[in-house]
Amino acid sequence: MAINWFKYSSPASFYPLAGRLTPWFFATAALLVIAGLYISFFVAPTDAQQGEAYRIIFIHVPAAWMSMFIYVVMAMWAGIGLAFNTRLSSMVASALAPTGALMTFIALWTGSLWGKPMWGTWWVWDARLTSELILLFLYFGFMSLQAAIDDPRRADKAGAVIALVGVVNVPIIYFSVKWWNTLHQGASVSLTRSPTMAKTMLLGMLVMALAFWMYSIAVMLMRVRAIMLERERNSDWVKALEERRP
Amino acid sequence: MNAPGLTDALRAIAHRDLLAALRHRADLLTTLIFFAIVASLFPLGVGSDTALLRVMGPGVVWVAALLASMLALARLFASDYTDGTLEQLALAPHSLTLLVLAKIAAHWLATGLPLVVIAPLLGLQFDLNADAQLVLLASLLLGTPTLSLIGAVGAALTLGVRGGGALLSLLVLPLYVPVLIFGAGAVEATAAGLGAAAHLSLLGALLLVALVFAPWATAVSVRIAVE
Repeated sequence: MAINWFKYSSPASFYPLAGRLTPWFFATAALLVIAGLYISFFVAPTDAQQGEAYRIIFIHVPAAWMSMFIYVVMAMWAGIGLAFNTRLSSMVASALAPTGALMTFIALWTGSLWGKPMWGTWWVWDARLTSELILLFLYFGFMSLQAAIDDPRRADKAGAVIALVGVVNVPIIYFSVKWWNTLHQGASVSLTRSPTMAKTMLLGMLVMALAFWMYSIAVMLMRVRAIMLERERNSDWVKALEERRP
Repeated sequence: MNAPGLTDALRAIAHRDLLAALRHRADLLTTLIFFAIVASLFPLGVGSDTALLRVMGPGVVWVAALLASMLALARLFASDYTDGTLEQLALAPHSLTLLVLAKIAAHWLATGLPLVVIAPLLGLQFDLNADAQLVLLASLLLGTPTLSLIGAVGAALTLGVRGGGALLSLLVLPLYVPVLIFGAGAVEATAAGLGAAAHLSLLGALLLVALVFAPWATAVSVRIAVE
């Protein structure tokens, strides 16, 4: 049987699919959040040095992971949209940006809440904090550029260029800031050596990360549906939707 | 009639842009005066303690140079965009990437190089010693072309866009961070008695990477703008 790989690359056929998938992703996210929070608060042991305050990492670390992951995914979709001129890819990129910025903000905010009892200060100019802050500025730049351009196709392409330039720069910025100054504790989770934290702590963090991931997909699908309706409001398929829903 | 060769085209563009810059001397001076004013504001803001100023000097001069170079970016493509020259460049039979590179080079000669030349004067205000002054000069010489190259992408993307100036700074300033860190770091390392070689090498590496990718991204952005 021949599979039509491009069936869902058209907004007309992706719109209903996104609508059907959204509740499932939201439900998965809700279940994972409940499980993740339970593990975080009741199963994971109290940290020997940091006491109960460390528990904010169950929000902080997943948000920080997602903030970087979403930027890469956003740049990838924007790049596909630029290279193959596919409208939907660019719409997905635009739909991801606010969620990515939100995750970056949450990571910064929770980091600051954790920093006050641990380091005794709300903010330090340490490598990860600074590069996370710059990542937030990169998200703002992408969104402002798209908002400033009226023609949606030009906005897509211009946004794609800045997203791709940004994605090349993120590692450079990270390492430059890292060599500049570092105070943040070393990475606790690494693929090459065994984690230095308790298994249940790691599990809680992974479950929460999955929950954040599912939430991001659900919100992205909702937002991309709104973008599709807005941009294609003069097309036949949107008019057909209006007729069906009086 | 034969179309002019690539080298002729590049030379013509650079020559024309430099000539235009010389004819608008006031614009060039504005950038330089802005550079001097920003650097002079810092002692007024933080006090005239020489020891403090000596520590802050490299960073302040670098931040001022970065802001001044960003201020000049708006002029890189703007007039060519309004009068249609940019469109003609995009239609030219030569690689737009190289044509854009010629424009960036001319822009740097007209706005970046003067910044480098007057920077030691500002260094004196912050009581930098001779070694630090030399390294400041070297770091700006390696760093400001990178700023022009990265900035060109932002300048091309914001052509004819609402709120161009503020948007340009939002797009470009975060990307300037590594240049600032290694540029100011080189001078600070010298002032602290460590060698500046590592910082300068990294600045050189950034320049090479920007030289390869930035003109290309700028050319893509110019095409998006004139489409």
